[in-house]
Amino acid sequence: MPFACIFVPNFPVAAVLRAEPELRAQAVAIFEGKPPLEKVFAANESAGRVGIAPGMTKAQAELCSELTLRPRSRLQETSAHAALLDCAQSFSPRVEDAALDTALIDLAGMESLFGSLPEIVHAMSQRIASLGLEANIAVASNPDAAVLAARGFSGVTVIPQGKESESLGSLPVEVLFAGWVEGERAGKKKEDELKKTSERLVATLERWGIRTLHALAALPEVALSERLGQEGLRLQQLSRGAAFRTLVPVEMPAVFEEAVELEFPIVLLEPLAFLLNRLLEQICARLASRALNTQELRLTLELENFSSCNQQSEINHQQFCRTLRLPLPMLDPKLFLKLLQLDLSANPPGAPILKIHLTAEPARPRSSQGGLFLPPSPEPEKLELTLARIASLVGESRVGSLELLDTYRAEGFRMKRFVPGAYPDGAVLETTRQKAAAEEKSAVAALRMFRPPLRATVTLENGEPARVICSKKKEVQGTVLWKAGPWRSSGDWWEREAWARDEWDIALQTADGAALYRLMHDLLGGGWFVEGTYD
Amino acid sequence: MSSAVVSTSAAHGRPFVFDVEDVAEVCPQPSAAELAEARPPQRVFYASTDARLASVTPASRLAVRPAPEMVSSGIAAMDVLTGGLPRGCLTEICGPASSGRTTLLLAALAAATGRGECCAVVDASDALDPQSAAAAGVELSRLLWVRCGENSPEKSLEQLLRATDLLLESGGFGLIALDLGDLPPQAARRIPLTTWFRYRRAVEHTPTVLLAIERQSIAGSCSSLLIKMGSQRTEIKKSADSQFLVPTHTQLLIELEITAELVRSRQERKPVRSTEIMFTSKTAWAG
Repeated sequence: MPFACIFVPNFPVAAVLRAEPELRAQAVAIFEGKPPLEKVFAANESAGRVGIAPGMTKAQAELCSELTLRPRSRLQETSAHAALLDCAQSFSPRVEDAALDTALIDLAGMESLFGSLPEIVHAMSQRIASLGLEANIAVASNPDAAVLAARGFSGVTVIPQGKESESLGSLPVEVLFAGWVEGERAGKKKEDELKKTSERLVATLERWGIRTLHALAALPEVALSERLGQEGLRLQQLSRGAAFRTLVPVEMPAVFEEAVELEFPIVLLEPLAFLLNRLLEQICARLASRALNTQELRLTLELENFSSCNQQSEINHQQFCRTLRLPLPMLDPKLFLKLLQLDLSANPPGAPILKIHLTAEPARPRSSQGGLFLPPSPEPEKLELTLARIASLVGESRVGSLELLDTYRAEGFRMKRFVPGAYPDGAVLETTRQKAAAEEKSAVAALRMFRPPLRATVTLENGEPARVICSKKKEVQGTVLWKAGPWRSSGDWWEREAWARDEWDIALQTADGAALYRLMHDLLGGGWFVEGTYD
Repeated sequence: MSSAVVSTSAAHGRPFVFDVEDVAEVCPQPSAAELAEARPPQRVFYASTDARLASVTPASRLAVRPAPEMVSSGIAAMDVLTGGLPRGCLTEICGPASSGRTTLLLAALAAATGRGECCAVVDASDALDPQSAAAAGVELSRLLWVRCGENSPEKSLEQLLRATDLLLESGGFGLIALDLGDLPPQAARRIPLTTWFRYRRAVEHTPTVLLAIERQSIAGSCSSLLIKMGSQRTEIKKSADSQFLVPTHTQLLIELEITAELVRSRQERKPVRSTEIMFTSKTAWAG
């Protein structure tokens, strides 16, 4: 039963490099601690070459001009860890969260889906690289051997069954203790305890001249047990690649979050777009690895504090949230970025940004069956972007589709989001059948509205309009040639927005002949208005 | 080696290319001396001596532009007059107020949404009446309404042009209508002709019907179909068909008589002269 292990070496640095890929070629060191006692916590290979080592003070590290220093970011490490688990989950449902930098995968039965073991490992390596992480991957017949191989050998390693001892023999004994502290994820006290134990064991083996796993595996078991106890035997089993334990699979919640903390606050939207692009690409890669799309994106920006005397308002203004709801599940980082940009330019945060937090609500990808005879309809992604652009042009409330309200009020409608639904099955036939009937039906006279209605001065004769003068629209004036009405209506009298009106349909003489208008007398407000024209 | 003669047809305004073999008797091959003397070549060019003609395709090899697909305008009489509305072309509907332009627009929208197509109305003066649209049979869930004109006519025109550009770029709409019906002709004429050319090019080879409603024709030769609406003889019927004077509250506007004239059409069935039809539109409450 093969097991694969994905191990990300130098995890704190890898998490930072995932968020800032342009630093990959540079010497990077991560520091942590309270100022002024910050110390270098981790450094990449390039930094090691210029003399930077963990434990140095920040001030010492700053003397190196080529070095890029970054604070340790737990948020980025959590995101990188989630990405690692997503990658593992995309290959098998049985995944053990072994450590922050290690994921163990049960590959039993996966050959029929993904091919041979080398092919699976190759695919894993590509998938983890697409998520922005550089990892060592190893496959072995038991979980511990896979972990040791992944921690000891860089790149991709496939250990054939029965060759574990031979393959792991060249590794130094320190590799046995490398995952102890991270693997336990216990409290500070236990962490120190484990560290002390591992240091003691390494020192003992060093005194014996045992430096490789091969040498440890060759020791007599009884003698080793007498000197190091059960722990010694367990280490020997591990070094032989013969230890076996049951995998502890984890049920991973479908939470897709990415965050970035900024050293200096961002004021402009343009640099923010670069960061958003990076976060969106990461989140989309994670969703893609789980074969999911998203229908809702939540952007939370932590803003620099306002100098407000009111404590309550200060708390309220610290976070700025925007939610992007999509009509259909989608997975296009460029589209999301454009939509967020349009949204943020319409609703700017209003203060410098310190932290960006992006969450995607996962959704199953949409499945639709195209048809040769279906009418044309806009692509959902393109349509969404077009609607967002038009909304930024004319205003969000002034674009969409219509919904009639159950009222007799004049403007009895509301705008809603334009989501063209799928064409129902069999509707083509239905349309053909109805076509002839629809064509025979006479056209319906349409009303063109004047928004807002034009105030008019109306001269009455026997209580009927005889002459209309509209100062705002010069063509709407003259003697009334013909009139019909009044059509009296009222409603909502139980509410504050009560209305009562008389409607008249009138014909006025114009230069091109006669024009028909709808004249309205507001019975509550007491004014005359030209509401629209029949056209 | 192919040789060709190019001539410009003033009548049609587009160059025609003929194979030299086909017009040999009209245009005999000149000698080398004659060719040298011929300065400058006027109207007749020989491909063998002029490299500029290398890229010219002979007319015999030119593909014939296929006739556009016509779709119903929603009014049977109008379909008889024009053959329907052409897809991938610009159609102009012009006329004064109360001439039936919006009635025709709503009928076309109802027909298009009835076919299951998505439609868009870019409304320069925010004039669309949802009740009328629903009464005309427009499926409102398939209609995208872009309401321009919150501020000034200039701003509204700018918004309309940009929104139309975006919709054409997006594609997938069965009908896109530009409602310029309430804009004064002076304001509508500010739209540069190049914009209409751009729209025509954008909509070409797509299944979209581009419809513009205006007071006067402003797109010039960019429109493939130009319909002029009018109400030369406005007749308003009364609910009580009586020869005696009836009180106004017993009257109802129930029917309008609309005339439509086909001014220009690029279709094969081009009429010899302008034709005119008349149809009636009933108000929503007329039943």
